[in-house]
Amino acid sequence: MAFLSAVSHKSDESEKKRSFLPYLLLLPGLVWLFFFFLMPILTLVSTSTKTPGLGIGEFDQTYRFANYWDAIVNSRGQFFRSFEYASIATIMALIIAYPLAYAIAFRSGRWKNVLLVLVVAPFFTSFILRTIAWKQILGGQGIGFKFLTWLHIISPQSHLTASAFAVVAGLTYNFLPFMTLPLYSSLERIDPRTMEASGDLYANAFTTFRKVTLPLSMPGVVAGTLLTFIPAAGDYVNAEILGNPQTKMIGNVINARYLQIVDYPTAAALSFTLMVAILIMVTLYIRKSGTEELV
Amino acid sequence: MRKARRWFSRNLIRIYAVMGFTYLFIPVLYTFAFSFNNSSKSNLVWRGFTFNNWKNPCGAPDVCNALGNSIKIGLIATAIATVLGTMIAFALGRYAFKGRSLVNLLIFLPMATPELVLGASLLTMFLNFGFNPGFVTIVIAHVMFCISFVVVTVKARIASLDPRLEQAAMDLYADERETFRRITFPLLAPGIAGAALLAFSLSFDDFIITNFNSGNVNTFPKFVYISAERGLPAQANVIGSAMFFIALIVVLLGQVVQRRRKVS
Repeated sequence: MAFLSAVSHKSDESEKKRSFLPYLLLLPGLVWLFFFFLMPILTLVSTSTKTPGLGIGEFDQTYRFANYWDAIVNSRGQFFRSFEYASIATIMALIIAYPLAYAIAFRSGRWKNVLLVLVVAPFFTSFILRTIAWKQILGGQGIGFKFLTWLHIISPQSHLTASAFAVVAGLTYNFLPFMTLPLYSSLERIDPRTMEASGDLYANAFTTFRKVTLPLSMPGVVAGTLLTFIPAAGDYVNAEILGNPQTKMIGNVINARYLQIVDYPTAAALSFTLMVAILIMVTLYIRKSGTEELV
Repeated sequence: MRKARRWFSRNLIRIYAVMGFTYLFIPVLYTFAFSFNNSSKSNLVWRGFTFNNWKNPCGAPDVCNALGNSIKIGLIATAIATVLGTMIAFALGRYAFKGRSLVNLLIFLPMATPELVLGASLLTMFLNFGFNPGFVTIVIAHVMFCISFVVVTVKARIASLDPRLEQAAMDLYADERETFRRITFPLLAPGIAGAALLAFSLSFDDFIITNFNSGNVNTFPKFVYISAERGLPAQANVIGSAMFFIALIVVLLGQVVQRRRKVS
């Protein structure tokens, strides 16, 4: 950020004259976000206190805040499960992605850009297609399942799909790129000389990692865990494809309320609760980790 | 001893990375393999090798229409989001102005909101205003969630730009416009291209927000999701694999071009 102040010092004069320019640059994008992000959220809040009207799919504003209580009490199990699954998936993704990002940043030489592209490339196969592929690979007829039973890692009677394990594994898998990319970009910014200096001062590889690399990569860890945890907590596709009725997450409840039951107020109350819960957690997490430079 | 350990730790991380990529690509490989499956309806068990699915990628009803929609939506949304996002990134990266933290918050919030909430709230608003969901609403939604990712990507690039290059241009009597055109923009172009690629891949792969705001319009992920209930046709595997390879080739060609430019 030091660089920014350096630049603004240099052009202080011209900036004062044309201080409307930044606002001009911001205007179109912010207008878009105002109308298609903020306004919808406000509509959501207003819908959440409505009660059913005369016709099907018609709702009247009655400011019934008890909607929130009813909705949360009825789906508290799914709420807790979502946060539990998302937390485990985030930790798993961090464990898998950190060495991956580290290898791309420091050990890939001229392959760096190719490997980075490979991290995003699976998006083009569609995550639903890949999730279905996992279901088939790990299902009773799948090659993965047969391979694992052949290795005697699992018994032929066991089930890998339609389980909590499969849902968490699916979440971990699907959000892995969102963990890897921010980790990579903060690792890449580390000056390798800081690590060499640590070695020169007789730190071993582990100490260097713990005292130099990891602290310097914290912004990436925070950004990556957020970009994994947030979508994972709101996901319903993995639970639907890889889970069973006992692994339903809050996303499944909201989705069903909206698109199948057409109970907009309950769905809106649950959505807004989910959003606020996540925002509170995110704020506490960012405060605690001390990185405010997320955006 | 220290050397040996260092060698081991270096290669350990490489081995680990290979395993990580294998994990990432197992379902892609599986999808590719089963695109050659001689299956008539459901593509669950292997029934023999065939090229028929690749010869006839549009053979399953509606699959190519859905793919066309996805590509169109992706291109339009990427273009709009990249322009709007880059402008915001410039304002944030280059100017001091009042209300900066508010802007940062507004950029951050869509990323901190689960897709489900974004999709559901947009649909609620569209329905309230009697606006029928369809192609336009999908584009609107995709631009909305892509903007923040573009801003963050381009802003990081602007922050890593060496200010001395621009100062040098100014010292050589280039005015601000010329400096921007000949120095700043070319230096930022790879970052902007990266942001556009990210936006396109997010848009192309989006299902949750799209499913809420698409009405009767089909997209490729939506097609896969809906037809999975009745048994996925092998054509879905063909298109998933083909898009994967096309994206890879396009990006690699871009890399080659960029490298050539650097050399010359």
